[in-house]
Amino acid sequence: MIQALVFYLFSAVLVASAVMVIAARNPVHSVLFLILAFFNAAGLFVLMGAEFLAMILVIVYVGAVAVLFLFVVMMLDINFLAMREGFIRYLPIGALVGLILLAELALAVGVWTVAPAALEAARQVAATPDPNTISNTLALGRILYTDYVYVFQASGLVLLVAMIGAIVLTLREREGVRRQVIARQVGRRREESIAVVKVPPRQGVS
Amino acid sequence: MNVILQDYFPILVFIGIAAALSLVMVLASLVAAKQKPDSEKLSAYECGFDAFDDARRRFDVRFYLVAILFIIFDLEVAFLFPWAVALGDIGLFGFWSMMVFLGVLTVGFIYEWKKGALEWE
Repeated sequence: MIQALVFYLFSAVLVASAVMVIAARNPVHSVLFLILAFFNAAGLFVLMGAEFLAMILVIVYVGAVAVLFLFVVMMLDINFLAMREGFIRYLPIGALVGLILLAELALAVGVWTVAPAALEAARQVAATPDPNTISNTLALGRILYTDYVYVFQASGLVLLVAMIGAIVLTLREREGVRRQVIARQVGRRREESIAVVKVPPRQGVS
Repeated sequence: MNVILQDYFPILVFIGIAAALSLVMVLASLVAAKQKPDSEKLSAYECGFDAFDDARRRFDVRFYLVAILFIIFDLEVAFLFPWAVALGDIGLFGFWSMMVFLGVLTVGFIYEWKKGALEWE
C-alpha cells in the first residue's frame, strides 16, 4: 500500500517537474526542476530495487551533470525573450522525437502483454539476482569487470576521449602570463638578488 | 514487503518531515507575518544609484573545463564502487581489468597535467 502510494507520489512529482523543465521561463529554474526530476527518478529506482543506480543518479547526475548544466546556462549570454521565440519553429522536430520515444515505449510494453512467454525467456537468459539476498552493487561488480570487460574498457576509452576533447576545445594558452615556478623560487641564491653597496656619505646611491 | 525498501523507510520519513516542515515555514510566514508587497523590495540595491546591468554575466570558459574534468573523474569513481565491493569474487582478472581502466585514465590525467589544464593563472 505504502509502496504504491510512494510510487504515485514520486511519479507525479517527476512528471510535473519534467513539464516545468521545459515550461519555466528562467533557464536556471529549469535546471533546478531538472534536479528535482533526477531526485524523483532516484526514488523510483529505489522502489524497483535498483539502489545502486539510484545512488549513482544522485551522485553523478545531481552532483555533477546538473552543476555543469547550470554552468552552461550561466555561461551562455542568454536573452530570455529570444529564447522563447523559436517555439513554433522547433515544435515539429520536438514532436517527432517525442513520438518516436512514445512508440518505443508502446512497443516495449506491448511485447509484455502480447507475448508474456518472450518476457519469461528473457528472464531465463539474463536472470536478475534477487535484491533481497544479494546487494545490487555486488551483483553488478561480479559481472561488470569480468564478463563485460571489453565494454568496461571501452567506457574507459570514452572517458579518456572526453577528457582530451574538453582540454583541446577549451584550453587556450594566454600570452604574457607570469606563472609561479616553484623550482625557480627555491633555487634563488643570495648573490643573485642582493647586492651590498657601500654608500659614501652625502653622495647617495647612483 | 521488500526487505531493501524497509531499509529505505527512514529516508522516506525524513523526506516527509522535510516537506512538511518547509511547507509549514512558508505558509506560516504567509499567514502570520504582515504582508506589504512593494516593487522596491524586490529590485536590486546598489548603494543608491540604479543597477548598471544584469547580475547574470558570462563566466570564463575555464570554469567549464574544471567542471567537465570533475565529471569524468566522478564517473571513474562510480566505477570503483562495485569493483571494491565485488573484489573478493572477481579474482585477479577483475583486479587487473580495473587497473587497465585506471591506467587509461591516468594517461589522460598526465596529459591534462602536462598541458596545464589544472593551472589557474
